[in-house]
Amino acid sequence: METEILARIQFAFTVAFHYIYPPLSIGIGLILVFFEGLYLKTKKEKYHVLARFWTKIFALTFGIGVVTGIVMEFEFGTNWAVYSRYVGDVFGSALAAEGIFAFALESGFLGVLLFGWNRVKPWVHFVATIGVFLGSMFSAVWIVVANSWQQTPSGFHIVGEGLNARAEITDFWAMVFNPSSVERLLHVWLGAFLAGAFLVLSVHAYYLIKGRHIEVSKTAIKVALIIATVFSLGQLMTGHASAEGVSHNQPAKLAALEGHYPANEKADMYIFGWVNNETQEVTGLKVPGGLSFLLHQDFETPVIGLNSFSPEDRPKQVNAIFQFYHIMIAIGMFLIGFTVYASIQLYRKKLFDQKWLLFIMMWSVLLPQIANQVGWFAAEMGRQPWVVYGLLRTSDAFSQSVSENQILFSLILFFVIYALLFFLFIYLLNKKIQAGPHDDTKIQRNPNQEAYTQTLTQ
Amino acid sequence: MFLGIDYPTWWFLVVGGLFSGYAILDGFDFGAGAWHLFFRKEENRRIALNAIGPVWDGNEVWLVIGGGALFAGFPVMYATFFSSLYIPFMLFLLNIILRAIAIEFRGKEPMLWWRRTWDITYSVSSILLAFLLGVVIGNVLRGIQIGPDYQYQGDGFFEFLNPYALLTGFTTLTLFMVHGANYLLLKTEGRLYAKLQLLLKKGIIAFILSFAITTLYTLIFIEHLTVVFKENPVLFIVPVLVFLSVANIPRLASKRKYRAAFLFSSLVTALLMVIVALELYPQLLVSTIDDAYSISIYDAASSDQSLKIMLTIAVIGTPLVLGYTYFVYKTFAGKVKLDEHSY
Repeated sequence: METEILARIQFAFTVAFHYIYPPLSIGIGLILVFFEGLYLKTKKEKYHVLARFWTKIFALTFGIGVVTGIVMEFEFGTNWAVYSRYVGDVFGSALAAEGIFAFALESGFLGVLLFGWNRVKPWVHFVATIGVFLGSMFSAVWIVVANSWQQTPSGFHIVGEGLNARAEITDFWAMVFNPSSVERLLHVWLGAFLAGAFLVLSVHAYYLIKGRHIEVSKTAIKVALIIATVFSLGQLMTGHASAEGVSHNQPAKLAALEGHYPANEKADMYIFGWVNNETQEVTGLKVPGGLSFLLHQDFETPVIGLNSFSPEDRPKQVNAIFQFYHIMIAIGMFLIGFTVYASIQLYRKKLFDQKWLLFIMMWSVLLPQIANQVGWFAAEMGRQPWVVYGLLRTSDAFSQSVSENQILFSLILFFVIYALLFFLFIYLLNKKIQAGPHDDTKIQRNPNQEAYTQTLTQ
Repeated sequence: MFLGIDYPTWWFLVVGGLFSGYAILDGFDFGAGAWHLFFRKEENRRIALNAIGPVWDGNEVWLVIGGGALFAGFPVMYATFFSSLYIPFMLFLLNIILRAIAIEFRGKEPMLWWRRTWDITYSVSSILLAFLLGVVIGNVLRGIQIGPDYQYQGDGFFEFLNPYALLTGFTTLTLFMVHGANYLLLKTEGRLYAKLQLLLKKGIIAFILSFAITTLYTLIFIEHLTVVFKENPVLFIVPVLVFLSVANIPRLASKRKYRAAFLFSSLVTALLMVIVALELYPQLLVSTIDDAYSISIYDAASSDQSLKIMLTIAVIGTPLVLGYTYFVYKTFAGKVKLDEHSY
């Protein structure tokens, strides 16, 4: 039991930390494509400056994403050996495709994106930027496909028994397009776009508040705000599609998300609340029959509740799942309200005069991050007690041969080194932000460039 | 079966190819890192670091792909391998992260103590990574305490540090240092180039000694690894080729044929992987408890259906990967010039 909990804590900690970075890379990648595309189209120097500046920040998030991602890949084997044997045949092909098609694409072009400004033609550089962005999008495809297969397995059959049981693939495309992968992928992509767009908004709002880099910052905010508004609204749709999918595919998870216990009654929807798992009561502000309406367009239609499942087949931490889910929804709603309002102000040319709006913009960078994290926590905790829904229990899936002490050793290592890594991230991010976007092309045209950079770095 | 070879064997070749690619690529940047503290001047350290600057991240992609290929093709081996060598793999991951931190951190502040700290971190983690890779290979070759149901039965903490693994660890480290020195020769000029030539010779002597001792140890003590060579004596040509290729490297470097020298150290790395593959096949993990518990490619493999899909992916994907890897190396070919994008 201890080993299982420690293994879960370690996985949750390392994956949650990892998941700060890839969404930022995907989101900033999208913005980079816009900046560089606009530069090639308009030849305006400000887009060039922005593209170069955000490339530096992209490099940072990408680098940390890679090293923390390597940890994830090997942790399946080190801590979840039974799981790895069980899913390898199915899951592995998605992972292999991820490595070959996606990850290699991004990393291959990354060198050109970062160091190639002066070495290749502008359009070749643009192709590299698009390559890196598409690579990061493909990465998300395969990882979400693999995770969705755990939520809604399909295209496989089971061979063997006990410790040697494993799922074997029978239909690759049925595995890829399993019932939940498309809607979840869209939800993840949009969440990533928002993470990136809000970082851009935040940094440039900070510059405007400080009265620095005013011209480029206004441009950057315009681009990023349009992206943020479109995808905040879009996230409402993908979120709804996901919830509807969960109601068909994983009714126990849906019931936990809203704290709905009765086996077969109409279900309420809570704006906020608190779930008592003992008394099976939820206190809070609710729309009576709201969940029924959302799923069936009727306030009275019954929805399957947690009590339809025997206690060992349904998630235990209902309140935590409920809270994570509702935090995500609340943030989503706030982002819609904020981006729409800010867009209207932008349209009326009043946005940049209202410091309080810029102030909210600066701090709102944390919100998509929090929403991404709690959304995943709700999705993964809502799947419990299964690691592969309906097939393999989490309590059967961890490495039997790894001892508590070994995991404790590695867990402490990860805490220490990730703390250092997070400090490094904040430190370097701040350093890059303080250095700011500047026109460094002039430096390179200078014949004394070597001497110049020497003095800069010594 | 495809072209008369069964799918697990095909996948064994794919995984072997990927890990050889990984050893060749990350090998030279670990090796370059291992030499780092031998360079005294700040400028030389920066040049050496920037020689691997645009490529080290991409090189680690091969580890991700190799790991994915192992997971996908041989899930049973992947599961037992990583859970039984838990501590060395955790140390490996730790050092991968520390090394990345050091590379990124080093150039960000001008203080001497700051740069020294990260220089040491970078170099020590590079050395440990090369060494740990060798230790892991040594354990795979020698065998692990695997019991029934593919379960590891050893103590898990210090068992991986056995004499044979230490030998293979040292051999790998010296190999990567030779390889790394060759890579740096490609990227440097002047006095740094001359210094590297001297270091290269020392590295080669260390490697040859270490490889010879490991080979002897294998022949004398580890019987299951020598079967294939005893049955097919012609295969002894592979270790002989290793010695010949290594001997060729200083000759090429002194003639400033640094490209050829680098190709030869890549070849040596690949040949050593061939030796590992020959010694193991068709086993992937040997049990030291009972032969019946050993995991062969047939015990470990995914279904033929799955392997077929993945081979298709590999056939489509590999030329793409090689294509843009080539493009990146071509873009950054030539000697290092420091500019404002440098580390």
